[in-house]
Amino acid sequence: MDFTYTETQDMIRDTLARFLGDTYDFETRQKFINSDAGRDPAIWTALAHELGMLGAPFAEEHGGLGGGALENAIVMEELGKVIGVEPYLPTVVIAGGALKAVGGAQADAMIPEIIAGNAIIAFAYAEPQGRYDLANLRTTAKKDGAGYVLSGHKSVVYAAPWATHLLVTARTGGNARDRDGVSLFLIDANLPGIVRRDYPTVDGSRASEIYFENVAIPGDALLGGEGTGLPLIEQIVDEATVAVCAEATGVMQKLHEGTLEYTQQRKQFGVPIAKFQVLQHRMVDMFMEVEQARSMTIMGTLKLGLPANERMAAVSAAKAKVARGANFVGQNAIQTHGGIGITQELAIGHYFKRATMIEGQFGSADHHMDRYERITLAD
Amino acid sequence: MDMEFSPEDLAFQQEVRDFIAENYPADLRDKQDEGEEMSKEDFLAWHKILYKKGWIAPAWPVEYGGTGWTPTQRFIWSEETARADCIRLMPFGLAMVGPVIYTFGTPEQKAHFLPRILSGEDWWCQGYSEPGSGSDLASLRTTAVADGDDYIVNGQKTWTTLAQHADWGFFLVRTDKEAKQQEGISFLLIDMKSPGITVRPIITLGGEHEVNEVWLEDVRVPQSQRVYDENKGWTCAKFLLAHERTGIAGVAASKRGIEKVKAIARTELDGDKPLLANAFFKRKVAELEVDLAALEFTELRSLAGPNANRGPGPESSLLKIKGSEIQQRLTELTLEAVGHYGAPYFRGFGEGDNEHPIGPDYAHRAAPTYFNMRKTTIYGGSNEIQRNIIAKMVLGL
Repeated sequence: MDFTYTETQDMIRDTLARFLGDTYDFETRQKFINSDAGRDPAIWTALAHELGMLGAPFAEEHGGLGGGALENAIVMEELGKVIGVEPYLPTVVIAGGALKAVGGAQADAMIPEIIAGNAIIAFAYAEPQGRYDLANLRTTAKKDGAGYVLSGHKSVVYAAPWATHLLVTARTGGNARDRDGVSLFLIDANLPGIVRRDYPTVDGSRASEIYFENVAIPGDALLGGEGTGLPLIEQIVDEATVAVCAEATGVMQKLHEGTLEYTQQRKQFGVPIAKFQVLQHRMVDMFMEVEQARSMTIMGTLKLGLPANERMAAVSAAKAKVARGANFVGQNAIQTHGGIGITQELAIGHYFKRATMIEGQFGSADHHMDRYERITLAD
Repeated sequence: MDMEFSPEDLAFQQEVRDFIAENYPADLRDKQDEGEEMSKEDFLAWHKILYKKGWIAPAWPVEYGGTGWTPTQRFIWSEETARADCIRLMPFGLAMVGPVIYTFGTPEQKAHFLPRILSGEDWWCQGYSEPGSGSDLASLRTTAVADGDDYIVNGQKTWTTLAQHADWGFFLVRTDKEAKQQEGISFLLIDMKSPGITVRPIITLGGEHEVNEVWLEDVRVPQSQRVYDENKGWTCAKFLLAHERTGIAGVAASKRGIEKVKAIARTELDGDKPLLANAFFKRKVAELEVDLAALEFTELRSLAGPNANRGPGPESSLLKIKGSEIQQRLTELTLEAVGHYGAPYFRGFGEGDNEHPIGPDYAHRAAPTYFNMRKTTIYGGSNEIQRNIIAKMVLGL
């Protein structure tokens, strides 16, 4: 047993932290998230070319750094610390994860494009009626000659306005919520018939509603088997879920540190408010949530390779704990700051907003407690 | 003791319902339903209708324009206006400075200001908090120095709600720097159009312009606009804060809020059933209802109990704490209910079309409202300060 990071992992963290420290201070972030584009494309390019960071979880034969889920977690945690909006999660963790899993010519073609920073891939999986059920799909892909015709509506697709490609879940058979009949496609984002409505998100990113209006897609867009895609989708969403837990750890750490710092500066009744025991205990509780979030993220990450049921139980345990921790730490960071915490000017409120959206991302605490119970406490 | 409405109360309830149904402005209702932001005119539209009817200030003594209603009638009134989702009346004049003026003001102040508060002619704002004085309000540093019949006021106030609309403000200022903190403060009414006043917006997490900084530079204020004695302003401030805390419980509005959450959870799907059929979600709604009942009956006991005529005391801190926590849980539950559609930031929607909507209308403000309502456990004396008040004043610790 060893819970230390390797030298390479430490190096990834240090290099990335230094880079983000130079490029991603709060004022700079606010400037580019409020620009028309909503991001600074030079940062993504630098992550690829200068740091090689987009290759963190990929094999060396594809030009990657030879890492895996732990490396993804390191990158996500550092992005969390700067509330980064870079599309690392959908592009590298999710689409990259799917490509690694299917391998072959599709992986050989796309993984180098991801590593080079040429491909940005958004994950179009959620639907208006579906909540957190990955099989609850009305989007259909109907066989048409060698290819398919895609129809349907995907909700709140983060990073879609920036995407070169879309990773889409759709039904090739079966009824709305069946486990069978679900397929995964990687398609060009600009095919005829794709209608997008773009908008900012409350946590500083960009997303789209995507409407597929009889979009003709080629047969080789299919990743994995036709109609048997759900286990693969569940696996990559579990990988994404622990990656989001890692991001949450970074966000929560900053919320906690910011609160410690503020309470030592802010004076009321003639003393720094950090002297009040009621606030001290609250900040201790926040600290304990941050530590447990870090522990559960590592636990979930290390168990990603186990058989599906064990993996799902571990990921759900991690996400439930992290979601509740993010809620507690976020709310109390704001409360302890007082009015100033609710303004747009201070970074703390923006960390709170991201922490809030992480709570529900890939399933709320209730959703994951329910999945955990169904697996571990079955009759 | 009983909790039944008398036949007279029931008749009154029907009268209120009919009045709202016949008089509530339809365009205001549409704007509310669509989640649009309210303008000054929107806030005042309902105010003016109630003024005309004579129902604008049920809590005031009859001699100053109150309705003379019993506590039960006032309860019915707040229930019915919340049930009908009537826009909230701005509290700064009606619930805050008005009671201070009729309790502590001069005959001239009463004659001039009270009718204008009732009619809605003057919009008021509250100049209390300062950048260095939040929970420790008595440490405030804005000064008023006597100059002939006037004061010259200098300083900075913050978190001044809707000051961008205000005609008048009530301010706490320091008139004696040597005295102990609470004993050197006076309560001034200041014309917001006075030279030397600058109002600057503070944008909050949901993107709203709701609060402001107010800068006062050599603002000349007649001493006749001081309420109560010089250096006795803290008495007015404490009186007003206790009043503010009772209004803050917001029982009727939270009841309406729960109905809205339930309506959303009946529409949103969880699998092939409505979200409200989800046992976890349903339990959270039920717990909220139980806690709200506890708050409601605690408030009713203070309104219609043996101490009903004593005015709000330190126990109103209990109502503020529990009321604000319930309001926050409501917004949290709403955000949870809307699922993925909590994320789109509605202010960023460009021109769209009905064929390609961005989620249901009820989702558009869920996240901004959740962020914004974090204020309720901070303003009006943070909940930490309220607990201090209960510990000291109620428990005697």
